[in-house]
Amino acid sequence: MSIGSWLRDHPRMLERAYGSTKSLFQKLDPVIKRIGYERVNRWIAGPEDWSKRLAFDCKMCGQCVLHSTGMTCSMSCPKNLRNGACGGVRENGHCEVKPEMRCVWVEAFERSEKMGEWGQEISHIQPPVNRQLEGTSAWVNMLTGVDKEVPKGWVGINTIPVLEKSGGQS
Amino acid sequence: MIGEMKAGTNFERVLRAGHFAVTAELGPPDSSNPADVLHEIEVMGGAVDAYNATDASGAHCHMSSVAVSALTAQQGLDPILQISCRDKNRIAIQGDVLGAAALGVGNVLCLTGDDVTAGDQPQAKRVFDFDCMHLLRTLRIMRDKSMFLSGRPLTTAPKLFLGAASNPFAMPFDFRPIRLAKKIEAGADFIQTQYCFDIPRLKEYMKRVVDMGLHEKAFIMVGVGPMKGGRSAEFIRKNVPGVRIPDAVVDRLNAAPKGKKAEEGKKICVEMIQQAMEIEGISGAHIMAYKLEHQVPDIVKEAGLWPRPVVEPVEVAEQLPVASNGQG
Ligand code: SF4
Repeated sequence: MSIGSWLRDHPRMLERAYGSTKSLFQKLDPVIKRIGYERVNRWIAGPEDWSKRLAFDCKMCGQCVLHSTGMTCSMSCPKNLRNGACGGVRENGHCEVKPEMRCVWVEAFERSEKMGEWGQEISHIQPPVNRQLEGTSAWVNMLTGVDKEVPKGWVGINTIPVLEKSGGQS
Repeated sequence: MIGEMKAGTNFERVLRAGHFAVTAELGPPDSSNPADVLHEIEVMGGAVDAYNATDASGAHCHMSSVAVSALTAQQGLDPILQISCRDKNRIAIQGDVLGAAALGVGNVLCLTGDDVTAGDQPQAKRVFDFDCMHLLRTLRIMRDKSMFLSGRPLTTAPKLFLGAASNPFAMPFDFRPIRLAKKIEAGADFIQTQYCFDIPRLKEYMKRVVDMGLHEKAFIMVGVGPMKGGRSAEFIRKNVPGVRIPDAVVDRLNAAPKGKKAEEGKKICVEMIQQAMEIEGISGAHIMAYKLEHQVPDIVKEAGLWPRPVVEPVEVAEQLPVASNGQG
């Protein structure tokens, strides 16, 4: 078993590691800000890629949702699905596209059930991927907040004020 | 009437009037001849409420679903436009939907789509810019907020009755109802399931769905289809992603005498509909009679679903652009 798959089978531990790295970055934010996000992104993207690739088979989408997907990288799903398993999962739980691989989302669901803090988040709707962030540091993007930015129309589908329907005429 | 009318299509009216709805898949032709589409429609003999126009299903290219839908609408019939996320990015999809709506299409089924490797051109680039959740919600934004995903306003919003697929027969089973809830939250008004050959599994799934109250938020239709015989059932379960056909069904088809196998396949399909009708929360049947479209009228009649109800059209209000865009 590779280090990566061993790690992924211990989602609670990963969840804690994720939590502490997140707060470390948040604490360091003022420093990183002074150095400049751009420059830190250049330094950090390489090592982040290396370590996350090892642990999660990370695809560097630049907007990490690992904690919402059972600490399983949803971008390693060949269809890049962000919201759960497609209908093509094989009878043995393997992937429709890569028969030798277990479906990423079957694993994500199993692992999310073992997680403490963020396990519930698998039921949240994840917004479309911002393809412009591919290859950049998700940690830096978290600090700048760009990873949370969604297309203008996506925001608050239930809260955007709508003009009175004029009713009737069509 | 059940719920608020979104597009007012025949299909939507039948469901909202509380009838058990019937839809069927049109086999799109490998041709540029509109007469081929009209022939397919004719074969169905008006036995269904709406016609699904598939979008290169199984990653096999055919006439486009927008065109098949438009040709269906021209006949005064109700198409369900299928859109898969496999071949188009968000820019192409939103434009297609506006175009389709302009041509009289009111029902859209939002799919992730089978992978390119399932088809005869596995060398193609897979797009999957969106997943079906993004697709559903984007179309809902276009319909309800009269704008593109980018926030740019539409001068006329498309009136859409939005659908999604669901596969109760694929792992992870416990996650399937949660995923269904997400699809409904994202915008699905109706659901068509994958082929059902396993009533106990469907019952289990529907029990969770009903417990979660999802059957009250969307119309759930069971997917069914006749099989030509044991061999073709075996081929389908081996090669079509996500289709589960229990051994018992294959054995039953194999045991049928020669020349009577297709008849047996049709019988199984009718039984599936009748058993599914008994399950709480099932509002309709979706018939996928691939290359057996001529059986559709018989299936509908034998299931006791003929004639189809006629529900009078109602006015659906125009959606205005959102206030925040300074429009209207
Ligand atoms: S089977 Fe799983 S991993 Fe494979 S494409 Fe579908 S969701 Fe992705």
